[in-house]
Amino acid sequence: MTRYFFTRLAGAIPTLFIIITLTFFLMRAAPGGPFDQEQTLPPEIVANLESAYGLDQPVWVQYGRYLKSLLHGDFGPSFKYKDFTVTELIGQGFPVTLQLGLMAMALALLAGVPLGTFAALHHNSAADYATMSLAVAGIAIPSFVVLPFLGLLFGVYLHWLPVAGWEPGSLRHLALPVLALALPPLAYIARLTRGSMLEVLRSHYIRTAFAKGLPLHTVIMRHALRPALTPVASYLVPAVASILTGSLVVESIAGLPGIGRYLVQGAINRDYTLVLGMVIIYSTLLIGMGLVVDLLYAWLDPRVRLAKEPF
Amino acid sequence: MRANPAAILALAVICALVALTLLGPWLNPNNTQALDWLHVAARPGLQSAHWFGTDRLGRDLYARTLAGTRVSIAIGLVASILSIVVGVGYGAVSGYVGGRTDQAMMRVIEILSGLPLIFFVIFLTVIFGRSESLLFISIGAVGWLTMARIVRGQTLSIRRQDFIAAAVASGASSGRIIAKHVVPNVVGPVVVYATLTVPQIILFESFLSFLGLGIQEPGASLGTLISEGVGEMEAAPWMLLVPGGFLAVLLLSLNIFGDGLRDALDVREG
Repeated sequence: MTRYFFTRLAGAIPTLFIIITLTFFLMRAAPGGPFDQEQTLPPEIVANLESAYGLDQPVWVQYGRYLKSLLHGDFGPSFKYKDFTVTELIGQGFPVTLQLGLMAMALALLAGVPLGTFAALHHNSAADYATMSLAVAGIAIPSFVVLPFLGLLFGVYLHWLPVAGWEPGSLRHLALPVLALALPPLAYIARLTRGSMLEVLRSHYIRTAFAKGLPLHTVIMRHALRPALTPVASYLVPAVASILTGSLVVESIAGLPGIGRYLVQGAINRDYTLVLGMVIIYSTLLIGMGLVVDLLYAWLDPRVRLAKEPF
Repeated sequence: MRANPAAILALAVICALVALTLLGPWLNPNNTQALDWLHVAARPGLQSAHWFGTDRLGRDLYARTLAGTRVSIAIGLVASILSIVVGVGYGAVSGYVGGRTDQAMMRVIEILSGLPLIFFVIFLTVIFGRSESLLFISIGAVGWLTMARIVRGQTLSIRRQDFIAAAVASGASSGRIIAKHVVPNVVGPVVVYATLTVPQIILFESFLSFLGLGIQEPGASLGTLISEGVGEMEAAPWMLLVPGGFLAVLLLSLNIFGDGLRDALDVREG
């Protein structure tokens, strides 16, 4: 098990390295740069700026410097947000994004799995159809439509919750964004759970468990849930991707000071270091989730755990 | 299909929306760009000239929403056709040739589908700057992945059948076999996944336009209209509700129809 994990971890580090390298060189190869403005700056000023940021050095030297500072946790200075380093910008916003993302993920799992199980247990009943219709709506309608609609209903008309804004530690401000962000993965997880649960419930050992007189919740919790969760586990990486993507719009609609805005703003301003830092953060999150999923597989399915070679 | 009334209803809604985007300008002729200074942020109403109201600049929301829906549907269709052409070609070759070629080609798909689409596009924006042609390229670049995977799976099972062996025995070239014998036999699944690709692409386009990375002002897309509507949500909620409602209904019915078609033809993702 430990060995399995370390093999996977050893595979993840080169992937991250390749992503960083590719991103770095592609961005340097692009025409135009962060100091392009409507008014052209005098060449002396451009030269000064470039030497201040080390852009006058050969690309290889810049790359070496960047990697070295990266190992110290330094993402370099932002080209557009003057006086801020990328580490500071990301450090300020990341806790907000992380809190939002974790809560959305937790909600998606804690509501999605029971809903899917419920639908599977009432297969082909009205409850099943109702749940699955809601799931289609949850998957189809994007969060940037859901969130403003929720804000209009609960914020503007009912005055129950704030439409937008942020106060540290205030759950009221997070309720609607978390809900909007969680809905698509929630619906998808409910669908996946229902499908796999239906299959598991047909298997012989479940029939045996019922035959020996175990109550329903014991059969589900002890026997059916674990194998039924395998497809959900493999969906977790796309779920993180979906939540990260959704957080870009949700943060901007709800006015949350997360890191989502830096990616879009950085891209529009061609703020190389900022975008690079964001790419690194996001890929680390996704790759890290991939590792967690590998461990989950091993826990959910003994065949993975006992296999000598990780496939 | 007959057993699934929801899918039939969804198809009817899609047809109605398409008809409305095409015939709408004729029903209530209003320019998408004309500024009506006497009716700025006017409420919607069938008695007024502006059925869906106007925005902050006095532009007619009915005309703009229909134009946006038209853009979304058009991009959805064009990019889906692109993804069909690329995906079917790629998948059929990969599945038919097999061996190392197949492994290498599938590896490429695996890597590409591991990247979240949106980051890929934002990344392209950093490199090439903002442009609408980039929107098409980036959507086309990723829309074909699932299609290729499905076609490959189907091709693998078709390849083992006797009529392929017969074609090989009678001396047909691989290219001819793929074009004449493999591709016509994967039409069913291709149609199903094409109908499921359209809403994905529409969603993707409106997401990018919402972020300001897609369709640019003064052009209208459902994404840009919703983005404007969010800013005016409290004073002029119709600016949000109209385009938001159109996008939600469009995506919902496309998804329901696609799901229904998939269940009816019993296609599974390969």
